[in-house]
Amino acid sequence: MDGAMKLHEYQAKQIFSNYGIPIPNGTVARTPAEAAEAVASYGGRGVVKAQVHAGGRGLAGGVKVVGSPQDGSEFAGGLLGSHLVTHQTDANGVPVDQVLVEELADIATEMYVAITMDRNHRGPVLIASAAGGMSIEEVAATNPDAIVTEVVEPGLGLMPFQCRRVAARLGMSGATARQGADVISALYRIFADNDCSLVEVNPLIVTGEGGVVALDAKMDVEDDALFRHSDLRELRDRSQEDQLEARAADDDIAYVSLDGSVGCLVNGAGLAMATLDVANAAGAAPANFLDVGGGATEEKVATAVGIILSDPKVDRVLVNIFGGILRCDVAARGIVMAYEEQQATQPLVVRMLGTNLVEGKEILAQSTLNVTFTDTLTEAAAALSTSAGGRG
Amino acid sequence: MGILLNEQSRILVQGITGREGSFHARACKEYGTQLVAGVTPGRGGQMFDDVVPVFDSVGQAVEETQANVSLIFVPPPFAADAIAESVDAGMPLIACITEGIPVQDMVGVYRYVMANGVRLIGPNCPGMINPGARCKVGIMPGNIHLPGRVGVVSRSGTLTYEAVGQLTDLGIGQSSCVGIGGDPIIGTSFVDVLKLYNEDPDTDMVVFIGEIGGTMEQEAAEYIGSSEFNKPICTLIVGATAPSGKRMGHAGAIITGESATAESKTRALEAAGANIIPTPADIGITAQQTLREAGLAG
Repeated sequence: MDGAMKLHEYQAKQIFSNYGIPIPNGTVARTPAEAAEAVASYGGRGVVKAQVHAGGRGLAGGVKVVGSPQDGSEFAGGLLGSHLVTHQTDANGVPVDQVLVEELADIATEMYVAITMDRNHRGPVLIASAAGGMSIEEVAATNPDAIVTEVVEPGLGLMPFQCRRVAARLGMSGATARQGADVISALYRIFADNDCSLVEVNPLIVTGEGGVVALDAKMDVEDDALFRHSDLRELRDRSQEDQLEARAADDDIAYVSLDGSVGCLVNGAGLAMATLDVANAAGAAPANFLDVGGGATEEKVATAVGIILSDPKVDRVLVNIFGGILRCDVAARGIVMAYEEQQATQPLVVRMLGTNLVEGKEILAQSTLNVTFTDTLTEAAAALSTSAGGRG
Repeated sequence: MGILLNEQSRILVQGITGREGSFHARACKEYGTQLVAGVTPGRGGQMFDDVVPVFDSVGQAVEETQANVSLIFVPPPFAADAIAESVDAGMPLIACITEGIPVQDMVGVYRYVMANGVRLIGPNCPGMINPGARCKVGIMPGNIHLPGRVGVVSRSGTLTYEAVGQLTDLGIGQSSCVGIGGDPIIGTSFVDVLKLYNEDPDTDMVVFIGEIGGTMEQEAAEYIGSSEFNKPICTLIVGATAPSGKRMGHAGAIITGESATAESKTRALEAAGANIIPTPADIGITAQQTLREAGLAG
């Protein structure tokens, strides 16, 4: 899920451990030598895992069981400084700046446990399956009966009886079930205490001796709640994020990079999606989704336009502003500010309506920008088709 | 008559002394809304624009002014508290404009709202308006609206204005317009608003604008297809060209499965008998056709 800050596995495991959840012995290595040293300390064997914000690491060659420090050094050396491409990343992949080296676990059974926010219940829900290691989507498709669900009543939290029920349904018994229930309870407390949108363990294992251990750990923290988690904010790894999207997020601008060449500046998420649909229908593929938000200042609009213009794919810009909280004059001043700052020349198709429209149009008309004004979405679409046709 | 608001609506603005709160409180008042009170803790005793009394608490404001609608502009960290304070004061109708309230805050306050039978619009919404009653409780530009007999419901702000603008340009007036909000947890669903329009004698037809993500539009399709709903309706689902897995601004608007796509939602609505609006540029024209097909003015 987006709208959330992802944590690295090693960071999430530290938090798991603070809540009493058993995790394997592990060391974060930033050089091949550190990786070799860690493998040696675990008796010459271990597992080396790339630390990236993307699922599908295993299949993409980002995880390996190694049989010697030399092995560990070589595998870590190949990963560190490289970009890992998984089915969840784009073609450029994400940089690997550190690996987690862990002691090998004695796996008897593997399970899947996750807690997420469920909009239908308007509260948290726990999802688990005895088929660990597999993706939950795969289990849902092939064997839906194997999925265990517990709806959390927010005023109560995930109750001990629910934790015991989940442990039993996952096939645990005796002391293992007691420990499993404790782990599940701790996972819920991690979710609730840290404003998570997702806590996921895949796999959660039972060892040969009957112990319960989290072999993996995933935590996504809701962006809107980060203001009250200064400790978690420090764990953010910007290198893992799309650079333009991250820059936009810093200024509270919703930006998603797309494949086309029409830069889009819109206020409001719904209108921004509608604008993409209209541009596409006109045969002018958008370069981005961008919602500059409600109470935007002219500086914020300028930042948004700056982000649009810094995408080399952008050869023209479509502005669709419906003045509500954001006034048209404020938007216009922001656009002019960004164009002047970057000495940009890309032509604009501008459609503005609502609060302070006259002032907004006047500011753009009096600037040096190449602006085509349109009054309706239909006209804006036509103006885009024309400019696309003119370019051949 | 319209839904939710009428000539008897008396509005209280929580966060009236803030930048956005004061700007929009003024705009509501200028539109004709009966703005009877403001609330900002610590600013009790002041006057807003020389005529609207400001109180320290919602409870005091309700007691002194008989306000019966709350409009909330309080910043995200304090917004859930503001909603709860209005519920506690016995307010029957609340619109929360605030964007960016932590989901876990809404999880708790949603249950409090429901347990007390309060109608909450939003959060992260533009609010609502009844042009015939000259009553605006939200951030929409008032001047684009025209009194009439078409009900509008959408998730988001500016897209609702777009729809209203296209209707007004064709001379199609609105009985009411409601933006229910783009967050994963909101107080009022599409079905809730469709039910209100269905029961409103002054609404002839409904324009319903949905988005990708979630299943609220499917639930609406089920209701529209039922024998209970008996008004002409035209619908648009935006986000057809959005990539999956990427959040399009609204926390709700993310394609995570087949049922969340624009195509499957449009199919469900078409099967339920709704007129489909082909692109966001065709809202007005499709509404006009829908009215004519139903033998209504337009």
